[in-house]
Amino acid sequence: MTENSLNSKEFQQAIAQDLLIGSRCLTCGNISIPQRQICPRCHSDKAERIQTSGRGSLAAFTVIYVPPTSMAEAGYNAKNPYCVGIVNLEEGARISAQIVGLDLSDPSAIKIGLPLKQTFVVRGEGDSAKKFLAFEPA
Amino acid sequence: MAKKLSRGVAVVGVGMSKFGVFPELTSRDLFVEAFQELRQSVQKGFDPKDIEAFYMGNFTSDHFENQAHLAPIVASWVGLSPVASTRIEDACASSGVALRQGALAIASGAVDVVLVGGLEKMTDLPGAKVTDALALAADSLFEIPAGFTFPGFYAAMATAYIDQYKADPDALLRVGIKNHENGGLNDKAQFNQTIPQVMAGKRKKAEQKGLPIPEWEDEMAFMKDLKANPMIAWPLRLFDCSPVSDGAAAVLLVSEELASKYTDSPIFVVGSGQASDGALAERESLSSVPAAEKASQHAYAMAGIGPEDIDFAEVHDCFTIAEIMASEDLGFFPRGEGWKAAMEGQTARTGSHPINTSGGLKSKGHPVGASGVGQVVEVWKQMHGIAGERQLPGTLKYGLTHNVGGTGQTCVVHIFEKRN
Repeated sequence: MTENSLNSKEFQQAIAQDLLIGSRCLTCGNISIPQRQICPRCHSDKAERIQTSGRGSLAAFTVIYVPPTSMAEAGYNAKNPYCVGIVNLEEGARISAQIVGLDLSDPSAIKIGLPLKQTFVVRGEGDSAKKFLAFEPA
Repeated sequence: MAKKLSRGVAVVGVGMSKFGVFPELTSRDLFVEAFQELRQSVQKGFDPKDIEAFYMGNFTSDHFENQAHLAPIVASWVGLSPVASTRIEDACASSGVALRQGALAIASGAVDVVLVGGLEKMTDLPGAKVTDALALAADSLFEIPAGFTFPGFYAAMATAYIDQYKADPDALLRVGIKNHENGGLNDKAQFNQTIPQVMAGKRKKAEQKGLPIPEWEDEMAFMKDLKANPMIAWPLRLFDCSPVSDGAAAVLLVSEELASKYTDSPIFVVGSGQASDGALAERESLSSVPAAEKASQHAYAMAGIGPEDIDFAEVHDCFTIAEIMASEDLGFFPRGEGWKAAMEGQTARTGSHPINTSGGLKSKGHPVGASGVGQVVEVWKQMHGIAGERQLPGTLKYGLTHNVGGTGQTCVVHIFEKRN
């Protein structure tokens, strides 16, 4: 596999290096985040890897009180909920990520459109520790 | 140019198990129950030897029952071997897609008589493991690592919808109240209770335990009480979510020419549409389900009718917001008006656009792989005037089913016609 092949595993490898990557179609200019080998707009297979600015705004969100096993293991529960959202990135694509740094006591105070910037969170401890993409208020 | 089926397809019988929690039964037992009811429902009877193919919707018996390759086993259990038996997996749309595959098989001319089923046995796993199994329907690389759950996805769509249309979040609770009103009249429903009946049950339980008896002014006060109706994924509460269920459903499809051999009152599959989509974040709209709109456009075009011709619909209300979005995706109401229609009772049995007279997934239950075919059972009952207390008045010519997998990565819509 060549370097920067745009295969689907590269996204998480980039996250491990504090990078949020995507791709730009060299035929039509469409931006995909995560990266795609085939442009979903024009089907061209010519694309280059891009690094995003990591800035965006909140498009949709929820505060989760009943977590899946993975998030329960990271310490979340009904009394310690977490926010997850969909972020409009400056580059024009959207991405799903945990949203940190918000007061979750009254979710109705969280407003769609809130400016955000990328950050990274580590869930798990020791050998099972893994870094994940997240966003926080800009 | 709208494409048509090469030859007509008719439903000549239906059956379903009760939906609920059945620790003593496996999915194949539930399917036997549905199949037995189906046999009874075929007016002129049928010989199981007539069946030439079996399409079976099931999401993940692999995880729920530690059993893959389920279709030939289930076929054997109802005496169908060596009939060609195929399991279809498209998450919660599995059996809606199985129905489409069955209809296409008949339309192709390859077979004349097809059994279509759906089944899921979810309640053997503990709750957190069920959540994990359902999450397999999302993108495991780019959605699940964010921390999303299925209630979470639909909750996020709800925030986008409410923000875009300045919708009153009470509309979500109204959908739940309405679906329980209908499900309270459906003896197959997992929650065969109206919200006032649920409230009375909770009061009685408190009384029996010697606890303070809770009082609520009305149904909305109950629905807004965080103790009675806790938050699952803001803004969705417990009563915004369909339950974890066991159940099975079955329909018998035959070619139009053969229908009269089985019944004098078939219903015809006149429209079928299916569409797909990527992960939620990839979509242009977060306040609608684009694949549902596309699937319905295909189904309407095939049937040669429009949303205004549909008398009633069973839609995929896995969460209350899903029903509101569906009512717009299917063209019953303009964009941004679905929540108002829910508030005004337009989707109630007495409204202009009755939706989920069965109680929907919310009240009837959501054994995910069975839900799509379960919807057809309700269409059949309504069209034959055998829906009991929840029967819609008047002549019902067109009924529609809308079955969604995941957050809308798979959507399948069918339109049924009763001709006499």
